[in-house]
Amino acid sequence: MNIIITGLITGSMLALLAISFSLIFGVARIVNIAHTAFYMVAAYCIFSLTGKFGLNPVVGMMIAVVVVTVFGLLAYKFLIDPIREHEAAVLIATIALAMIFQEAVMLIFTGDYRTVSALIEGYFIVMGVKVFFQQVLTFGVVLVVLALLWFLLMKTKLGLAIRSTAEDREVANLMGMNDSRLAMITMGVSVALAGFTGAVLAPLTVLSPYMWMEPLIMMMAVVVLGGLGSIKGSFVAAYILGFTEALVVFVIPKGAFLKGSVALTIMILVLLLRPEGLFGVSFEEER
Amino acid sequence: MVAAGLYLKRFYTVVRGEVLVLPSRVIVALFFLVLLGMPLISQNPYLIRVIVLTSIFAILAASWDLLSGFTGQMNFGHALFFGVGAYASAMLNVHLHIPPWGSVPLGAAAAVLTGLIVGIPCLRLKHTYLALTTMAFPIILMGIVFALPDITGGELGISGLQRISNSLIVNYYVYVGIMLVLCTIMWKITDSHTGIIFHAIREDELAVKASGINTTRYKLMAFCLSGFFAGIAGGLYAHYMRIAGPSTLEVSMSFTVVIWAVFGGIATIYGPVAAVFILFPLLEFVRFWPEYRMLIFAVVVLLILLYMPEGLIPWVRDKIEKECPRCKIRNVATRKTCRICTAVLD
Repeated sequence: MNIIITGLITGSMLALLAISFSLIFGVARIVNIAHTAFYMVAAYCIFSLTGKFGLNPVVGMMIAVVVVTVFGLLAYKFLIDPIREHEAAVLIATIALAMIFQEAVMLIFTGDYRTVSALIEGYFIVMGVKVFFQQVLTFGVVLVVLALLWFLLMKTKLGLAIRSTAEDREVANLMGMNDSRLAMITMGVSVALAGFTGAVLAPLTVLSPYMWMEPLIMMMAVVVLGGLGSIKGSFVAAYILGFTEALVVFVIPKGAFLKGSVALTIMILVLLLRPEGLFGVSFEEER
Repeated sequence: MVAAGLYLKRFYTVVRGEVLVLPSRVIVALFFLVLLGMPLISQNPYLIRVIVLTSIFAILAASWDLLSGFTGQMNFGHALFFGVGAYASAMLNVHLHIPPWGSVPLGAAAAVLTGLIVGIPCLRLKHTYLALTTMAFPIILMGIVFALPDITGGELGISGLQRISNSLIVNYYVYVGIMLVLCTIMWKITDSHTGIIFHAIREDELAVKASGINTTRYKLMAFCLSGFFAGIAGGLYAHYMRIAGPSTLEVSMSFTVVIWAVFGGIATIYGPVAAVFILFPLLEFVRFWPEYRMLIFAVVVLLILLYMPEGLIPWVRDKIEKECPRCKIRNVATRKTCRICTAVLD
């Protein structure tokens, strides 16, 4: 039971992060290493807003998401957009950005571990295991957001634009889509989702300036496992890896050390059989 | 006496004709001279320590460039080779008492083996998939290291390695000498026939295949070569710090290597080396401001990349040298005509 709960929570967090990461990758071909750094910034925003200023947690969450989105858009406009042509440079720029966030958080909040109080206290017991209301709430909210995202991508004009640009940027451009504006909007959506993940997850985790590293690795593993650019793939892969992590932690002794290793080994094994990921489409090499 | 004089004159002619004509060559020559002559001027242990560490990381950054810059196989887990080299030589030295001159090459051999093991599955992957997959390997190894504390020392690592030499100066010359030799070898490799094929694989793998070249073999070779040099760097690092810990496998380690190389300019070898020699001491000397160190590092890297996305060193080189439009020979930027074919430079 513990395994199922932890797996569900980790899985949904990874799903949100991975989907938003592959959104911006699909549209603008940006590998945004700073993605999970935005998630960290959001968590810290909530911490300071609710802890220091005593705001209502829900209001705090909304402000945090807005703040992070603004950060993301500014970073995109001034740091990433000017060097979009050079893929390697973009990569380094995002790494540097993540480091700047980490150091800035370290300066403001110091390196101590912090916690954020839960929205709803209390728990109920299912089959002898404590289930916190917060966990249920987080899971529910994540599912709602995932559904909204699916609606946005599949049923609206913007979603159509995003999907078509991800599929073929040049043709989408020819069809009259404003490529750079779309990239900007997608960056906003993507960062907002990262911030949102941080916001809903903050009460369940421990906050530290280094908290972006581990989800980053797992998120990348999810994206690769599910196939780059495939939303469905990311979704399935996120839960596969989430449950694997939970299983390893609870079943194998010293599992906490090995959880990353086992999950990543699974990813590599799958890639050996299907180099384009579970649901990825292998497209012809561009020449 | 006369023979010696003749040699000296010949040497002078070669230096004037081949080295002094191009500012980049003068800089490289000065770099060699300054590094080799440094202990004659100052024997400050701190300065020597910084230079030795810089040399080690210069090898590492250049070896990343050899693999990722030249063949375009973006490796985001370069710390794997470094860590394997460090751990292997540490285990050989501490558990089996093999002296450093044996344990470092054996550690490098272990890294080559790792290069093969990693390289074979990675052959099927391309671009972003490859980058993200390679990132996973050091983390997997790190998990194993933590899970087997009896052999690897767990979180504390293996400590108590032998120094290469107990004398400060001998140590300095060993490290700097190895660095200069290895980087020259790497530069020569990339300048050779093999290097051209590496270049071609990055530009257009299909065309290389169509020319009847076994790209698989060359890509594996790049992985092994890069693993070898990075493994040596790892072994040297372990022997210098006298400890091989999990920090050698960290994600940030892999990232830093990539930052150095891209900052200096990829596919050049001298770019990453120069970048390490600029960034690493910079990071050391702002240590009186410890909490802003990484912040400054990141901001400097960001700003430089905004204005010179090709990397710092190629940008500088383009400013001080011009390529002759007719014979493709490089000239000092101040010249009006090419020094070989006298074509007018624009």
